[in-house]
Amino acid sequence: MPQPLLEVEDLTVHFPTEDGLVKAVDGISFSIQQGETLGIVGESGSGKSVSFLTVMGLVNQKQAHITGSVRFQGQDLLTIPAEELRTIRGAKMSMIFQDPMTSLHPFYKVGQQIAEAIRTHQPVGKAEAWDQAVDMLGRVGIPRPEERAKQYPHEFSGGMRQRAMIAMALSLNPDLLIADEPTTALDVTVQAQILDLIDRLKSEFNAAVAIITHDLGVVAEHCDNIQVMYAGRIVEAGDTNDIYYKSHHPYTWGLLRSIPRLDSATNERLKPIQGSPPSLINVPSGCPFHPRCPYVMDVCKVERPPLNPADGHHASACHLTLTDKQRIFSEEVLVHR
Amino acid sequence: MSVEVTEQSPPRPDAGKQPLVRLSGVKKFFPVTQGILFQHRIGDVHAVDGVDLDVYPGETLGLVGETGCGKSTLARVIMRLYDSTAGTIEFQGRDVTHLKGKELRALRSDMQMIFQDPYASLNPRKTIGSIIGAPYLLHKTVAKDKIKPTVQELMELVGLNPEHYNRFPHEFSGGQRQRIGVARALALKPKLIVCDEPVSALDVSIQAQILNLLEDLQAEFKLTYVFIAHDLSVVKHVSDRIAVMYLGKIVEMTTGGTLYENPKHPYSGALLSAVPIADPELARARRRIILEGDVPSPIDPPSGCRFHPRCPQAQFPRCSAEEPQLLPQHPGQFAACHFPLEDRATVVGDTPA
Repeated sequence: MPQPLLEVEDLTVHFPTEDGLVKAVDGISFSIQQGETLGIVGESGSGKSVSFLTVMGLVNQKQAHITGSVRFQGQDLLTIPAEELRTIRGAKMSMIFQDPMTSLHPFYKVGQQIAEAIRTHQPVGKAEAWDQAVDMLGRVGIPRPEERAKQYPHEFSGGMRQRAMIAMALSLNPDLLIADEPTTALDVTVQAQILDLIDRLKSEFNAAVAIITHDLGVVAEHCDNIQVMYAGRIVEAGDTNDIYYKSHHPYTWGLLRSIPRLDSATNERLKPIQGSPPSLINVPSGCPFHPRCPYVMDVCKVERPPLNPADGHHASACHLTLTDKQRIFSEEVLVHR
Repeated sequence: MSVEVTEQSPPRPDAGKQPLVRLSGVKKFFPVTQGILFQHRIGDVHAVDGVDLDVYPGETLGLVGETGCGKSTLARVIMRLYDSTAGTIEFQGRDVTHLKGKELRALRSDMQMIFQDPYASLNPRKTIGSIIGAPYLLHKTVAKDKIKPTVQELMELVGLNPEHYNRFPHEFSGGQRQRIGVARALALKPKLIVCDEPVSALDVSIQAQILNLLEDLQAEFKLTYVFIAHDLSVVKHVSDRIAVMYLGKIVEMTTGGTLYENPKHPYSGALLSAVPIADPELARARRRIILEGDVPSPIDPPSGCRFHPRCPQAQFPRCSAEEPQLLPQHPGQFAACHFPLEDRATVVGDTPA
């Protein structure tokens, strides 16, 4: 296997607060290969955003206790000096955020904001950067980019702003694009447009993409691999087929059963996961999912299950035996979908 | 203000039964003005532009459409939170379009609303006991000393711990806050509850809990819901009938199953094909209709059929010249389109063998 583009090893991010230590990310390891699309799925507070903000250097040692390593193209991002990180961030890896309304500056023209990002990293003149910005706006499917570049963010619709954010993120041809809930604030029709756009640009720019989302429906079509996070840990990781057709973790089952299906014949009752996500200050002992898990055993309350690979790459952190997992999934999860 | 319906109303779906709510030719325009000292009107936002709609007792009517299609405005017009520009609103056979003061307040106890944002719709300075109990103080349906036990009963009903009576909204998670909103809406035992995107701001697992709760309450109290969402899979799950809105008009109206299996309006077809499916093979196998561009401005809506600039099936000049009426396509299925989709044009392909 070639050297991965991004390799995260045993990363922990703990925020000290007045109420105690918030264990937002609690020992996760994963990697992203060149050209791969990785989906990161979990509820609010599962640590999915914080782990990638840490990768981007947007959460740093000043705000949190960070241990472990984040290697991007062989460089450890947690230890390199800030100036060096700045040359990587935005140029070699960039991020788009959930809320396109607040991530553009309302006082500056959209074209100026994209040109600024280009000029920060490349020795080009103002006019040339502007031309590149207009070109990028055209490539992300904004009609009449010359006129649109001269407009302010409030003149753009939500979908257009997200396109502008993508244009900015891709203007320096990064190797890794991190999309944090890129479509949650958008309509379904626009969501489909944006996800298709990310797919198309990914192959055009030969970039790797990490899509962070809480909705398993969104990533089904677009990801090669998926990892499910719960309470700051990865509880299941595998390729898309593993997660949707052979899932091994009760939390993933719960997520799959919570989604209303368009093609279900009857309006069958949904089976939500009971309770709410745990506090990250007092994470439940043993398996953090055990208070909400319908298959809980005694061992779950005391011993934290390791993330064990079952068949090569498909790993899950659960004490159930593989046969039990397969039986429960086919009997209780698959039939309800 | 004129209440005359000038256009010929299209035939009503399910004529004959007695509806709980009946809207006839309802329009809501918001003025667009220019100038600072002397403001003059330069146009109108046609938020709702001629809607005929019946809601029957005990049913859940889903309203879907993109941002800006007028679904929330329509909900607020039904609730009489906005005064309609034209048309009439009947509730239980009574014209309530111009009710004021006491009479309007009495009507409010029969219709309640659940809002999208569980963070913004609760006053952060009030305890949840006083939030849920506020309707009783206003409408005086419960004696003052009985309010606390009544509220605690309600809290238990929606799955909140009654001991949390004196807590403040910030102590609750998003899902629990939405339960508080549900309890407040239920307090006066309304007949109609308008749910405006009640689960859009919640995590998937919590979303399912709230949907189940709404379902249980409907069965227990014989509630009628108008359920607004942009997520078609959620709307299909809860609704008996679904109305698809586009730029202030209803373009298709049918049962959930029919809409999914056999959409007639190209816009419904496109909406359906964009819904994310949590099944990679099915998702890849289906035929996607990607709509280009955004919803046009409701200040100056397109001529003829409002969908024609984005419609993959539009045929000119008819679609840009003549406005299609909401006509029956099949029993119980109505669509406003000159060239409706062919039957069984299912957008989700069969699962590959």
